[in-house]
Amino acid sequence: MNRVLPILTILVAILAFWYAAAIWMNAPWQNILNGRANLENVPFLEFAQQTWAQDKPVLPAPHQVFSEIWNATMGLEFTSRRSLALHAWITLSATLLGFVLGTGLGVVLAVAIVHNDAADRSLMPWIIASQTIPILAIAPMVVVGLGAIGLTGLVPKALISMYLSFFPVVVGMVKGLRSPEAIQLDLMRTYDANPWQVFWKLRWPAALPMLFASMKVGIAISLIGAVVAELSNAAGGGLGVRLLTGSYNGQTIQIWAALFIAAGLAAVLVAIVGAAERMVNARNGVRA
Amino acid sequence: MSVTSINSSTTGTGVALPVVEAEHLGLTFSTNDGDVVALSDVNLTIEKGDFVSFIGPSGCGKTTFLRTIADLEQPTSGTLRINGQTPENARKDRAYGYVFQAPALYPWRTIEKNIALPLEIMGHSAQQQAERIKRTMDLVNLTGFEKKYPWQLSGGMQQRASIARALAFDADLLLMDEPFGALDEIVRDHLNSELLKLWDRTKKTICFVTHSIPEAVYLSTKIVVMSPRPGRVTDVIESNLPRERPLDIRETPEFLAIAARVRDGLRAGHSYEEVM
Amino acid sequence: MKSGLTLLQAVLAVVAGGTALFGLVGAAISADAELLLTLAFGFGALTLARFVWRPISFWLDGVAAALIALTLVWALPRGTVMPGHYWFGMVSAWAFAWLFVDQLSAAIRKGTVPRQAMGLLIPAVFGVSLLVMWEIVTRGANVPPVLLPAPSAIGAQLANSAPILWADFVQTFVKSVIPGYIIGCLAGLVVAIAVDRSPFLKAGLLPIGNFMSALPIIGIAPIMVMWFGFDWQSKAAVVVAMTFFPMLVNTVAGLNAASSIERDLMRTYAANYWQTLLKLRLPAAGPFIFNALKINSTLALIGAIVAEFFGTPVVGMGFRISTGVGRLAIDLVWAEIAVAAVAGSAFYGVIALIERGVTFWHPSVRGGRA
Repeated sequence: MNRVLPILTILVAILAFWYAAAIWMNAPWQNILNGRANLENVPFLEFAQQTWAQDKPVLPAPHQVFSEIWNATMGLEFTSRRSLALHAWITLSATLLGFVLGTGLGVVLAVAIVHNDAADRSLMPWIIASQTIPILAIAPMVVVGLGAIGLTGLVPKALISMYLSFFPVVVGMVKGLRSPEAIQLDLMRTYDANPWQVFWKLRWPAALPMLFASMKVGIAISLIGAVVAELSNAAGGGLGVRLLTGSYNGQTIQIWAALFIAAGLAAVLVAIVGAAERMVNARNGVRA
Repeated sequence: MSVTSINSSTTGTGVALPVVEAEHLGLTFSTNDGDVVALSDVNLTIEKGDFVSFIGPSGCGKTTFLRTIADLEQPTSGTLRINGQTPENARKDRAYGYVFQAPALYPWRTIEKNIALPLEIMGHSAQQQAERIKRTMDLVNLTGFEKKYPWQLSGGMQQRASIARALAFDADLLLMDEPFGALDEIVRDHLNSELLKLWDRTKKTICFVTHSIPEAVYLSTKIVVMSPRPGRVTDVIESNLPRERPLDIRETPEFLAIAARVRDGLRAGHSYEEVM
Repeated sequence: MKSGLTLLQAVLAVVAGGTALFGLVGAAISADAELLLTLAFGFGALTLARFVWRPISFWLDGVAAALIALTLVWALPRGTVMPGHYWFGMVSAWAFAWLFVDQLSAAIRKGTVPRQAMGLLIPAVFGVSLLVMWEIVTRGANVPPVLLPAPSAIGAQLANSAPILWADFVQTFVKSVIPGYIIGCLAGLVVAIAVDRSPFLKAGLLPIGNFMSALPIIGIAPIMVMWFGFDWQSKAAVVVAMTFFPMLVNTVAGLNAASSIERDLMRTYAANYWQTLLKLRLPAAGPFIFNALKINSTLALIGAIVAEFFGTPVVGMGFRISTGVGRLAIDLVWAEIAVAAVAGSAFYGVIALIERGVTFWHPSVRGGRA
């Protein structure tokens, strides 16, 4: 209860602020509307309700967004082009595929870097440098480039997600695999353990907490990659496309709904990785 | 069991207020596992110029008592007076300097800037600061290391710097919580004899927490033996050793007699069986 | 082993020398082989002598890699798919480069070559190898430029379109990223310090801030474009939203980084709130704040570029990338990406340099390599 109450308070404050902002931001347009309809001296409460019920508001009220989410997921057939559930699934599948590929690639690279001096010295500076580069910028080009050779749909998006998510995993895993202290490695040496044993009995368990921490970053960034990649292929569908078409048509409620679905998706994915993390850590005796 | 000490004879005047005066002092922490009695019915008087050691096994409340004097913990019963004031007012008066178990020097400040820290907070002028830094660094034999960063110094030197920091603002009371606990014995002997010289020169009152019997006997004019569960004072031993104490005093019969009495006091508190 | 190599190095040496030998044979058979390339192959094949004669210096491997790579690039411009011996040459050059780097790093570890100078050489060799392979594959195999243009073509485009690229850089980086970054980071810092005094607010805001940091905030770009218009203001707003939460979360964590002994110390001095904040907690939070500044430097550029996908005046890096892709002007897009990469790394580098200066005392900085 002690932890929930402050969060609830802040959330309620945000909601209240949101409704107030909706009145304020939608008022100019509502005034024009009321002027056209020759409505004068509308009482404030009624005016507020009008601003919360516009068709294309500058800032939709929270209940408008949530009813749009409900209608566009539960209210529609899954196969409908307007179903947010379908678009969310399109984005989610690319995210997951990219995340799995990216994590795998990241782990393999990290193992190579930890075990080979030359790989460490040649790869690591570039991996770190590449993190400073706005990689998302190449998303449209990858999509179009791969489209030119006939690769469309899921794969290009997944490749971008993979590209984004493997960086945190490499960096985190290298740190994790190097985290055993010298005495722990010396101990393995006194047992005459072979490199394989050192890896599975020492380095890998030691690196697991770092792996999960990186995976939490990786899955969130995977989703962002998939959404941004969708911006370049309006025909393919997905939450990014909903954002884009919403912005072209001024459908603010649609934008907010897509945004909230994306946020919810990110939250659920991070929570799942977090739950897996707690499970594995508990089994490995890591203190929470 | 509680022991009230008789006024010590180290200061002649006797009219002055005691530096620390505890009457029926108690402190209970409430934790998830229930209440822990850290201090129970502690009665103690510390006179100006005393060097008092607190000794006992872990959990006996010696550090808690020091922290209570420093107003870092609040007693739950009894009274505690520092120079006749409440601990809070004494703290606001900057009545004492505190030396922690770890040097706790700020790594982003040089040694002289670390010593300047309390002076800055207490609003001393730049000129006063410079003069006090020079004097206290001299006092702890650190001259020449003003511009070094803490992490460039050895552990012993770091702890000396933290003592200098506690001395810089000229409080009459020095509270030291196992200041040399993390150092090796050779460095420790050296710092102990330097601390005695410093005490002799500055005439300060020192409260010193330790778990080493030789250290306690070597340094103190008064040894407070404590025992755990509940944390309490089991014996107060006045030392009749001379103020001038070379290191080899530790082999004299007088020294060994006092050490034996401390050891008996610790044993009487059943402290060894109860070590956590 | 006679050659004084590890197993991996021996395999690489066989591959490098062997493919050079195959290349030599192939070049000899084909009528129109380049003379210089043939000579380079010959040099590479000679290194096989290390197995029968005596170990050779690894610098010779480096020379072989450089020679074969250079002659390969020099032999390129033909416009057709290159013949077989050419590809042997590529494999050979790659194997020589790896062999060279592997032995060089072993030598650095043993201390037989100076670490400072040679430590830089290794990533440089890797980067150059990547570029050379890229050039060779794209032009040697006639990869359609739509898919992947050659580095030389991108370089030419960089030089040709310098004024356009500069205008885009000013629009996106100077006008959108910098103001947004400064406002977002400052706001995060100030809110964190304000929130820090109230445990209730902290308990409420911190989980929400953590949650927000994981969300695709970039999705608010279309909304910001509607609210603040097409020009840089909307991009700066996206950057503010993206940089705010990492700074908030990191600063709050950093303000709690001071140890309890350090705080007790301030209490024994009867220091007030602001003295404790300025003299202890903010300096102790320094590494955390710089961590956020570094994360944000990358986020800010991404945010501004992606926000431009949703509508801009006809200038800006994101605009150029999205329209360039549409017009299949891929050279220009890559040139723009190169500019973005340099700008991003330089931005990060500047922050990292300032960090080294300010948090010099932190173990991660004074310990050298992290």
